[in-house]
Amino acid sequence: MIDKVVKSAKEALAGIFDGATVMISGFGEAGSPVELIHALVDRDVKNLTVVSNNAGSGHVGLAALIENRQVKKIICSFPRTAISVVFPELYRNGEIDLELVPQGTLAERIRAGGAGIPAFYTRTSVNTSLSEKKEKRIFDKKEFVLEHAIKSDFSLVKCAVADKYGNLLYNKTARNFGPIMCMAAKTTIVQTKKVVKAGEINPEHVVTPGIFVSRILEVSHPADESKLVAENLKYDGIKF
Amino acid sequence: MGLNSDNIGWNMNEVAQKVALDIHDGAYVNLGIGIPELVADYIPRGREVIYHTENGLLGMGKIASRGKEDPELVNAGKKYITAIPGAAYFHHADSFSMIRGGHIDICVLGAYQVSEAGDLANWSTGDPDAIPAVGGAMDLVVGVKTIYVITKHNTKSGTSKIVKKCSYPLTGKNVVSRIYTNYAIIDVKDKKLFIRELAPGISFDFLQKNTEAKLNQ
Repeated sequence: MIDKVVKSAKEALAGIFDGATVMISGFGEAGSPVELIHALVDRDVKNLTVVSNNAGSGHVGLAALIENRQVKKIICSFPRTAISVVFPELYRNGEIDLELVPQGTLAERIRAGGAGIPAFYTRTSVNTSLSEKKEKRIFDKKEFVLEHAIKSDFSLVKCAVADKYGNLLYNKTARNFGPIMCMAAKTTIVQTKKVVKAGEINPEHVVTPGIFVSRILEVSHPADESKLVAENLKYDGIKF
Repeated sequence: MGLNSDNIGWNMNEVAQKVALDIHDGAYVNLGIGIPELVADYIPRGREVIYHTENGLLGMGKIASRGKEDPELVNAGKKYITAIPGAAYFHHADSFSMIRGGHIDICVLGAYQVSEAGDLANWSTGDPDAIPAVGGAMDLVVGVKTIYVITKHNTKSGTSKIVKKCSYPLTGKNVVSRIYTNYAIIDVKDKKLFIRELAPGISFDFLQKNTEAKLNQ
């Protein structure tokens, strides 16, 4: 019998290991799986490579994970946000590596990872410093850059509604990287606001089909990360 | 270098209005963060424009009013926004397929520098102490059909932003079609700059004196 719903954050993150590549959904605070990230802070696994669009705000969520020295490298498009304090400090001290990737290339590399495509060519970043050391090829008299797929050991994703098969619905622009990160992981861990019975999600409306999802944790009242950041709260392993 | 005054030429709202006049009915448009966002306020009556925001929405509406902000409904600048009736949400790979696949008609971006050849530098000043961040700028400039730049003509210290060759790291080479500044509207054609319209009180000689790049009438 298939039932991907787990009872606790501990169970959700079972098997996560030092040195893993972890994708984290979200565009800034929107769609960031704060509770799963905080559970990862509690687990204290180290040397993670994190793939996420940003590098965290304030001292919660991804910023808390970075502040706890668990992240060796981050692959992202925009590590600088208005209230990003943790990443800039560690980066300037040489305590964290950054692979800067144009946002569309980042999305496509993740999608390719999930679709079994090892690499692809794109026009993005042609003639810029970000493509200096990359392989180029001419198609139709135009130059393209070779970009490699990214896969993850674990993806942490936030959604709005899930059923026991792992079919997912998202909320508005909190969808962002969620669906493609679900596809690109060996183990996809999803926190959902609500678990519904199989059949309650109209099959015509399913955004992420359950095959891309491994574990589901219901977090019915997720923290609003932007509020936590605004209140300058710091995650230190204790519930707020 | 050049003279810099906010009291001559157009103000940036008037420049945004000029950009809006060049956006056709039915266009799919992506507006960059900051000054480009002003353009949405000046689309002439009778024209319908659909705004794309790269974090996954077609049909972006106005900024959310106070008390109605939804933390899961934001634009690329992470501001709280609204969605119009008939809007669509999608994931990032679809969103950038719209950009990279050439489906978006017009993108309006800010600039640190634009060159005579239409090269754009708008993501990094190359300052070694700065945290590098690129976002979607490099995808937009290669994928969107028409790239407009809206910017102050010169920097705060009076240095020309319209240059022979960009000294800052490039976002894209040969990508800008038209530049809208507080002094003039300038077309980029065959790697040369041509004046399309001068702001009131701005002469060609004044403009050339305050522009590093060579201008053509």
